[in-house]
Amino acid sequence: MEFDVLVVGGGPAGLACAIRLKQLAAAAGRELSVCLLEKGAEIGAHILSGAVFETRALDELIPDWRARGAPLGVPVLRDEVYYFPHESNALRLPGFALPKTMHNAGNYVISLGKLCRWLGSEAEALGVEIFPGFAAAELLIEAGVVTGVVTGELGRAKDGSEKPDYQPGMALKAKYTVFAEGCRGHLGKALIERFDLAAGRDPQHYAIGLKELWEVPAERHEPGLVVHGAGWPLEGNANGGSFLYHGEDNTIAVGLIVDLNYANPYLSPFEEFQRFKQHPVIRRHLAGGRRIAYGARAIAKGGFSSLPKMHFPGGLLIGCDAGTLNFAKIKGSHTAMKSGLIAAETIFAALEQDRAGGRDLVEFETALRASWLYEELYAARNFGAALHRFGTLFGGAFNWIDQNLFGGRLPVTLHDPEPDHMRLKPAAECAPIVYEKPDGVISFDRLSSVFLSNTNHEEDQPAHLKLTDPGLALTVNLARYAAPETRYCPAGVYEIVEEAGGPRLVINAQNCLHCKTCDIKDPGQNIRWLPPEGGGGPVYGAM
Amino acid sequence: MKILVPVKRVIDYNVKARVKADGSGMELANVKMAMNPFDEIAVEEAVRLKEAGVASEIVAVSCGEAKCQEQLRQALALGADRALLVETTVELQPLAVAKLLKAIVDREAPRLVILGKQAIDDDANQTGQMLAALLDWPQATFASKVAVRGEEIEVTREIDGGLETLAMTLPAVVTTDLRLNEPRYATLPNIMKAKKKPLETLTPAELGVDVAPRLATLKVEEPPARKAGVKVASVAELVDKLRHEAKVIP
Repeated sequence: MEFDVLVVGGGPAGLACAIRLKQLAAAAGRELSVCLLEKGAEIGAHILSGAVFETRALDELIPDWRARGAPLGVPVLRDEVYYFPHESNALRLPGFALPKTMHNAGNYVISLGKLCRWLGSEAEALGVEIFPGFAAAELLIEAGVVTGVVTGELGRAKDGSEKPDYQPGMALKAKYTVFAEGCRGHLGKALIERFDLAAGRDPQHYAIGLKELWEVPAERHEPGLVVHGAGWPLEGNANGGSFLYHGEDNTIAVGLIVDLNYANPYLSPFEEFQRFKQHPVIRRHLAGGRRIAYGARAIAKGGFSSLPKMHFPGGLLIGCDAGTLNFAKIKGSHTAMKSGLIAAETIFAALEQDRAGGRDLVEFETALRASWLYEELYAARNFGAALHRFGTLFGGAFNWIDQNLFGGRLPVTLHDPEPDHMRLKPAAECAPIVYEKPDGVISFDRLSSVFLSNTNHEEDQPAHLKLTDPGLALTVNLARYAAPETRYCPAGVYEIVEEAGGPRLVINAQNCLHCKTCDIKDPGQNIRWLPPEGGGGPVYGAM
Repeated sequence: MKILVPVKRVIDYNVKARVKADGSGMELANVKMAMNPFDEIAVEEAVRLKEAGVASEIVAVSCGEAKCQEQLRQALALGADRALLVETTVELQPLAVAKLLKAIVDREAPRLVILGKQAIDDDANQTGQMLAALLDWPQATFASKVAVRGEEIEVTREIDGGLETLAMTLPAVVTTDLRLNEPRYATLPNIMKAKKKPLETLTPAELGVDVAPRLATLKVEEPPARKAGVKVASVAELVDKLRHEAKVIP
């Protein structure tokens, strides 16, 4: 099948791009076919974010979003920021001590999943052909030009044979293809390699974000309260931070972000998150409530210095697939959407000039540089690197000076040249970390958590997590690093099973949350995340 | 032969359903919905009958809110020819649905109605039987095999201890069990085509059916959480616990 524009991924970037394309076509009285593929079972099913949302890009995309009933949750009414020196005390930081970018007045506590579902319905109303449950599996490249994608096949059995209901993948071609798969998309990764898009840039840096949704008694709920924290439990072992947002309908979103440049292979982001919730400052919000959802997702947070070239012959790479998150604001939705808007405007103008398409849209770079998105990312360029190089305290001080006194224009650019997976130290050089057993009230185990993600994959299909060299699982990962994948995976996909013949790595691919952490953090880059049968994976409700 | 396939919009089977905080019902906000899996099997069976040249037209019907259109589009993508939506925001109970379906049957005059044996949300297992009674048609429930021969339909059912085969004259009502078939995937081109197939919307009033609920839900609660097990040190202790604590042996 052929379209004018094909968008891969139904998150904020992809949906903003598809909507803008249709708006531009309608305004110009042009026919323009736009197709959007989403691997989740429905739009929003794989969306997970905090989220505190800045409306700047949405204001540009749909100025009357309020009247049209956009689900923007509740306005932020109060910001609290803490530094946790250890597990029982907390230092509340006054507003003036914070980098300006951390103030949230005018923003909203939202569920990004709900917002995406709404954007999806807006897009469909404009005539975008949305196909949830179909993964873009492979790139279509002809004579060095990306001409579309091939969707994943359906109905292949675990043993590789074709089941009676087998459906081969389908080639979807387009004049321009926009890749908006989110952080570490497997096609984005392939494009960066194929077209050498990251040449001359710092490596991308990542974090894993773990999140739970709680329903709490109305009398303990303060809609619009936003709590951020740093320090314990990560201090000393890893960088990162925490969030706790009071949203609508008596829900609280609570989460921990763990930077994936941590060194100790015994670190378990999942268990750090569980023990983080036991801090009295956090626990008091959750007491008396019940946990109703759980999920995790990797985050691309390298920012400006890690941002690859976003254009190549036949298409664009946008949003977190490229890495447009603003780490200084710890927000990526508005920047992802803005990259989608610029992509749409660039593509539409290009098609107006030449209907054939397939060009390398170098003018995207110019449009990007002229936009507030570039300005934001440039101003925030040192934020993450400062924290990595100088630690939370001194890095934080640097960021305060840079953001508040210089507006991000300090004439230095800090770099962070070591990829996250290279930072892991051998287990022998590290102290094992002992985590307390979950209490079943505030903290929980992995499997009961994964249960709440609604994740599911057709059982009889080939595993979608592949080891390039299966032998390394034991000779390197286990022997040298004590099998870190059994700890950083938030879903318990990886398990070392002791058998008579010795230990063996078991991959429970059906538990996978599509967070991509294994693809990022594996020390030998030996684990590859590939899309499973469409519609598989988590089914997040309002994450 | 025309086949009518009623389909219901239910909570997706992958979703862990949860009771609303106030106990008034199940939480449906922000929950993924899907076609009842037994109904999907019914659609697949109808499509196979059409592919075999037995059926000439498949009409899918759903009753409920406007969003049931999504499930009807799914049925159309799987192979139904056209769809009917009886739109209402009233809570529909099995008897009301059976009456609506009877009115549709009177209108459409199908020779066969195939539907799921039950819906995975309320597990009532009543609509098919009630519909057969209202129509005064023969019925075969829990079908694991269906064969149509001229004016006769042979249905195999899984019963305790074996298989039972029923022969009925058409028109008839058949409800599907899990093992009847494995539904196909909707392909991209078929999903696109489904968007263009006819979907007609009706109301209960137009069909002259009173759908007011006859049953009131007093309270919905989750089953009590299972208590953690304990390890026993000896067989004697186990026997003692079974006798005195669990009281399952004399």
